[in-house]
Amino acid sequence: MKKKNSVFLIITIPAFLLFFIFHSFPALQGIFYSFTDWKGYGDWNFVGLKNYLNVFKDERAGDAYLFTFKFAIVATILVNIISLLVAIGLNSKIKFHKTLRAIYFLPYILSILIVGFIFNFIFAHFLPQIGDAFGWEFLTRNILGNPDLAWIGIVIVAVWQAVSFNTILYLAGLVTISEDLYEAASIDGAGVWTKFWKITFPLIAPFFTINMVLSLKNFLMVFDQIVALTGGGPGKSTESISLLIYRGGFEGGEFAYQSANAVIYFIVIIVFSVIQLKFLNKREVEN
Amino acid sequence: MNGKKTSWLVTTLLILGSLLILFPLYLTITIAFKTPPEMAGNLLALPKSWSFDNFAKAIEMTNFFNAFKNSAFVTIFVVIFTVLTNSLVSYAIARNLHKKFYKFLYFYFLSAMFIPFPIIMLPLVKQTSAWGMDNLIGLIILYIVFNLSFNVFIYIGYIRAIPVELEEAAIMDGATTWGVFWKVIFPLLAPMNATVAIITSLGAWNDFMLPLVLLSDREMATLPLVQYIFQGQFSTDYNLAFASYLMALAPMIIVYIFAQKWIISGVMKGSIK
Repeated sequence: MKKKNSVFLIITIPAFLLFFIFHSFPALQGIFYSFTDWKGYGDWNFVGLKNYLNVFKDERAGDAYLFTFKFAIVATILVNIISLLVAIGLNSKIKFHKTLRAIYFLPYILSILIVGFIFNFIFAHFLPQIGDAFGWEFLTRNILGNPDLAWIGIVIVAVWQAVSFNTILYLAGLVTISEDLYEAASIDGAGVWTKFWKITFPLIAPFFTINMVLSLKNFLMVFDQIVALTGGGPGKSTESISLLIYRGGFEGGEFAYQSANAVIYFIVIIVFSVIQLKFLNKREVEN
Repeated sequence: MNGKKTSWLVTTLLILGSLLILFPLYLTITIAFKTPPEMAGNLLALPKSWSFDNFAKAIEMTNFFNAFKNSAFVTIFVVIFTVLTNSLVSYAIARNLHKKFYKFLYFYFLSAMFIPFPIIMLPLVKQTSAWGMDNLIGLIILYIVFNLSFNVFIYIGYIRAIPVELEEAAIMDGATTWGVFWKVIFPLLAPMNATVAIITSLGAWNDFMLPLVLLSDREMATLPLVQYIFQGQFSTDYNLAFASYLMALAPMIIVYIFAQKWIISGVMKGSIK
């Protein structure tokens, strides 16, 4: 028995050390440097909470947070509505079921960055061509070039891609619901709407919770789509928090400052996830 | 579901929806074969001739085969070592969860899932470049280590469902812990190994952010990173750019066409754990 224990330790201790060195230690370092004025090179001094106070006063950071929240909330809601509809469709009696399922899941396996580049072209050239051809004024200009509309382009691409994964999750939930339940409800005279709210939705509530939390968390970290579509522009109108940390930290000599920003960002993500879980769990119980 | 009539309305709606997904790919394929003068015409039209000139030019310009080799090298090693090591670590933790240290490890790996990458990004890049890990080997090691967080979570759920009696019987026959794992447990983990392999390979193949911040040498760039690096040089030669994008997307699409059933069910299993 003694020997068995030592084998388990030989397996887990290196794993623990590696994880600590490459994950936890950098995280702790980030927190440590967030209280200094380090530029990423040279000398540094402790500056207390100065970086944190500055992040709160920084208009660029404020805009990045507002943009990221706006983007993430809208994209989360859209992805969940569309995925649920697609999943319900795929779960009903249809032709070409396997092929359709495979097509709807396809975006998940594609590189987000490359998909972004392809959509960049669609927004810049294809949609304006359609706009010209049909005389639709609103399509004639590239929305990615408009500071007020560019975020919508990013939402479209993010939703286009994320629907795939969320649909599969909802589908996993839907197939567990027995058809008998719907038949019994039909006999009682329940309509489609009633069946959805009284049977389908309560039974897939746990999947709804996972999907909402995961999508929001992923969208709050949005990076690839923005690099491919707008690079944060026009101006700084679509600069997400991840992109700001990347730019400021690597290109702007703001190592310590962006570390403070990253810590705030981390706290925000945790708070969002916890609130969401609390709220959604309560719903689940009530249902 | 049986006996119900096929809903043609739903089928039609789903087909229309699927066009939205296929359309960008249609555009990618046709533009990759077109010539710049053709771009002035109707973008929806098929190319006049199916010439591979754009592809040949893109291969030369972006050094495609080098990038492909880098991506394949990283993905293959990450998948193999992630499956082998992460399953082993998960097994050690799963069978000792009643002990404090292992319970701590479980929650330690689990909680790391909530830490966004940007928070560790800046110090991590400093550290890895100081240690000469700003290369493909460094990238592979980081993926394998970071994967622990999610994989420990899904493996342990699965391992806990395997009866301990199986291992005890093997130990009676004189097998060591090591032997028990590789001969008894690892084969039983096959469905989970497949799931982990699929999710890991998609992640490693398509990831952009870690190669972007970690790799210092252009020669080491992976496929998505190469598209980013050459974006400026493609400039307005969209035909060249799209030929390059298509080649970068194609390997995964080809794998998907043949293995979509396993990929979908693998991802499904991993996500409902």
